[in-house]
Amino acid sequence: MIKAILIFNNHGKPRLIRFYQYFAEDMQQQIIRETFHLVSKRDDNVCNFLEGGSLIGGSDYKLIYRHYATLYFVFCVDSSESELGILDLIQVFVETLDKCFENVCELDLIFHMDKVHYILQEVVMGGMVLETNMNEIVAQVELQNRMEKSEGGLSGAPARAVSAVKNMNLPEMPRNINIGDINIKVPSLSPF
Amino acid sequence: MECIESHRLGNVCATAASDIAMSPSIPLQEMIRAIRSARTQCEERGVIQRECAAIRAQFRQTDSGARSHNLAKLLYVHMLGYPAHFGQMECVRMIASPRYSEKRVGYLGAMMLLDEKQDASLLITNSIKNDLAHSNQYVQSLALCTLACMGSAEMCRDLAPEIERLLRASNSYIKKKAALCAVHIVRKVHELGELFAPAARSLLVEKNHGVLHGAVVLITELCERNHETLERFRKIVPDLVQIMKGLVISGYSPEHDVAGISDPFLQVRILRLLRILGRNNEVASDAMNDLLAQVATNTDSTKTVGNAVLYETVLTVLDIKSECGLRVLAVNILGRFLLNNDRNIRYIAMTSLQKIVCTDHNAVQRHRGTIVDCLKDQDASVKRRALELSLALVSATNIRTMMKELLLFLSSCPPELKSHAASGIFNAAERYAPSQRWHIDTILHVLTTAGGDVRDETVPNLIQLITNTSELHCYTVHKLYRALLTDISQPSLVQVACWCIGEYGDLLMKGECQETEAVQVSEDDALDALETVLQSHMSSPATRGFALTATMKLSTRITDNVDRIRSIVSIYGSCLDVELQQRAVEYNALFKKYDHMRAAVLERMPVIEKNSLGDTNGESMGETMKEIQTATVKKAEPLLQQQPANQVCDLLDLLGGSEEPLQPSPAPGLSINTASTAGGDLLDLLGGFEPTPLAPAPTVTVYDKDGVALTLNCEKQSDSGLTVTLIASNSTDSDISAFTLQAAVPKSVQLHMKAPSGDSLPARGAAKVTQLVVLNNPNKVSLKMRIRVSYTRQGSAFQDTVQVDSFPGL
Repeated sequence: MIKAILIFNNHGKPRLIRFYQYFAEDMQQQIIRETFHLVSKRDDNVCNFLEGGSLIGGSDYKLIYRHYATLYFVFCVDSSESELGILDLIQVFVETLDKCFENVCELDLIFHMDKVHYILQEVVMGGMVLETNMNEIVAQVELQNRMEKSEGGLSGAPARAVSAVKNMNLPEMPRNINIGDINIKVPSLSPF
Repeated sequence: MECIESHRLGNVCATAASDIAMSPSIPLQEMIRAIRSARTQCEERGVIQRECAAIRAQFRQTDSGARSHNLAKLLYVHMLGYPAHFGQMECVRMIASPRYSEKRVGYLGAMMLLDEKQDASLLITNSIKNDLAHSNQYVQSLALCTLACMGSAEMCRDLAPEIERLLRASNSYIKKKAALCAVHIVRKVHELGELFAPAARSLLVEKNHGVLHGAVVLITELCERNHETLERFRKIVPDLVQIMKGLVISGYSPEHDVAGISDPFLQVRILRLLRILGRNNEVASDAMNDLLAQVATNTDSTKTVGNAVLYETVLTVLDIKSECGLRVLAVNILGRFLLNNDRNIRYIAMTSLQKIVCTDHNAVQRHRGTIVDCLKDQDASVKRRALELSLALVSATNIRTMMKELLLFLSSCPPELKSHAASGIFNAAERYAPSQRWHIDTILHVLTTAGGDVRDETVPNLIQLITNTSELHCYTVHKLYRALLTDISQPSLVQVACWCIGEYGDLLMKGECQETEAVQVSEDDALDALETVLQSHMSSPATRGFALTATMKLSTRITDNVDRIRSIVSIYGSCLDVELQQRAVEYNALFKKYDHMRAAVLERMPVIEKNSLGDTNGESMGETMKEIQTATVKKAEPLLQQQPANQVCDLLDLLGGSEEPLQPSPAPGLSINTASTAGGDLLDLLGGFEPTPLAPAPTVTVYDKDGVALTLNCEKQSDSGLTVTLIASNSTDSDISAFTLQAAVPKSVQLHMKAPSGDSLPARGAAKVTQLVVLNNPNKVSLKMRIRVSYTRQGSAFQDTVQVDSFPGL
């Protein structure tokens, strides 16, 4: 069983946290700090498995992690999961994110945290591996997003208006405005 | 991708949005931007507090268009670690909303913020129930996901029939989710396993890999929980074998392919289920043999996924009743893994070797060389695995070589592994030590390299080991003395060294030793070493106690510098540490008033038996040793309140209980001043004053030397009670004074000595001394008694011991 999935950056700031076992909020933050502490000490060419944390689950759990550029993807699993399998699963998850976000980077994870959660929900459910076929996952996520967008109607109008305004390129506009030929004569007034 | 921090644009949008949607707070992205632009923690807290206040206000309004945005913002804030519990009821409301976007965020919020302990979680049960029956499969899947994540036992019980229905009659997307949801339900409520077993069975014919995967996981969970289910599911082994064959042999299938292997995740799951089904069952194991051989040979092991499948195959082969050819193949694959360049693979190989080291010990021994090499790997995880495995591989034949490697490892190992390594080494040394000297050397080596990380029992255990090897006392004390000179920072080492110098100081100063080169150690040198320990700031109070006692012991073993010892001891009489002060004061008393007892009190310790104090915990044994030493001094002070006779007898009990004979204390040189008062004190301790008449039972002479004779007779008083009468007489030409008897009996026997009739034996048998001893032997052990006779004759003191093994009349 997967006990927790944590994504944090090189400085330990959490980008996504998902616990499949109940922990109080402060406990969750402590686990994140401890995991970051353990993982950041590791060299780049050592193995991807870590034992020795004490906060989650006692002795029967390992950390399986992968380091991509500025992000650590850490899966805390117990002994019922195949370690190499989980390592592959991280790869599948990241590739899926890449497909969904088009060349995903850390900022995508920051600003679209909820979407990342929805994608993760298609891969891991209740601490168990659900689907590993990347195309299937992406297809399902697409369908769900479409469904959400299609819930149009009046209440969707504000969101659409906002995105329309955002997409406007204001600095460009003055160049395009054709005022026409207007001759304005400014009268010379005596200075104050 | 570059992030354009265009706050100006952001503000425009904010006002536009607020005009249109009538919500004063900003959408999720804007809030994230605002938080990120905060330069200090304080600023960030301020932004978040403002946002949370706005969100809270929004939640209180019944209708607001941006509800899903607010909850999403709250979840972001929650991830950063700020409190978000006020969003729980909003989650419940959102879940009940008809709109998909709101349901989605609501369920996500429920999974992050609610758990079964919260009351709010009960409120969503009904919504989940309705959504499970929704026409839209994505709504159904949201409900399934939430139930699988945080469903409590009651919720599971309520909704289990729904899940079972979904397992049978829905599309594959829902089926695979329902299967995993069923796993969660079974984990929460074990009895419901029966409900899902038939549906699980029927899912195995599906073509969709996701559904198959879910079905295999469900069946695995059912089999692990319930043994009867396991028996029933053995029938499906042929079906599983078929599925596997399809995966392994079939051609390239692009949708399931990962690096050339067809759906490795499913293969791994099936192999695991096969392992559970084939364990301890011949028939099932036979059915899988061919398949396992095929997978083991055909899987491409150049990529990680291939190795994952191979690894699972190996574990399965080793766990079921497979034929030996297959087992050899499996262990060879593990051996190949061990030599792989990829550290992950080596780590995995060692983990699996650990699992089989007990059953296939010889097979694993063949790879010992590689494993020992992994001890030197840079990676801490690999080192940890290698250490575990090396400790498991130590045996009587390879102990010397393995210990060399382990000691080398200990000197350079990471700190978190040090104490585990040290205790592993101690255990191995204890079980397989080829010689005593090697054992002591090994322990000394560990103490010098990792002394700070050893467990507390090490010190008493080591002391016991040293006392037991009497022929190596000289060698040991020399080595320890040299170690003490080089480094006094390791507490365990210093404690053992002090103890040894105190005990065997005379051997140290004799200067010659066969086993190691002799170093001339003078009395001053030894005292210097002990004083350094006493005064060093690195010594703990316990260590100082050891050093002080050792210094005191040396007072009987050396001849010249007794004054120096006296001064050291008296200095510590005003020490701030209470324990040290007490010891120093008592030792001072030993110098002044009880000088005659000093030799007896400080003589060599007898061999310590592990269970002699009825205590298997070595820790307390060491303590009790010290306590008894100090206790003996306490007893001598008459100012103390009534010391029961038992304590004195316990002391003798200890001395008498061991197999080694008491060493006769050096009688000459002792001056018994105020002998009568001292004798009188002892006599006071020995009980009341009523003399009892002689019993007319058969007597036997137990001691007759130098004209002093002692007779004994005994009389049974009750089933376990016994009265022994000792009569002493003097047939020499000179008077004997200060005549005392002390007795010791085996542990379970209780002893009570009555007061003797007197303490002087006039010459030529003019009068006798009688003493009564009452014994209670409830355990009916064989009765033995050791009697110590001490007296003064013609100005010199004599002492002797006699053991009585058979009692007349018994």
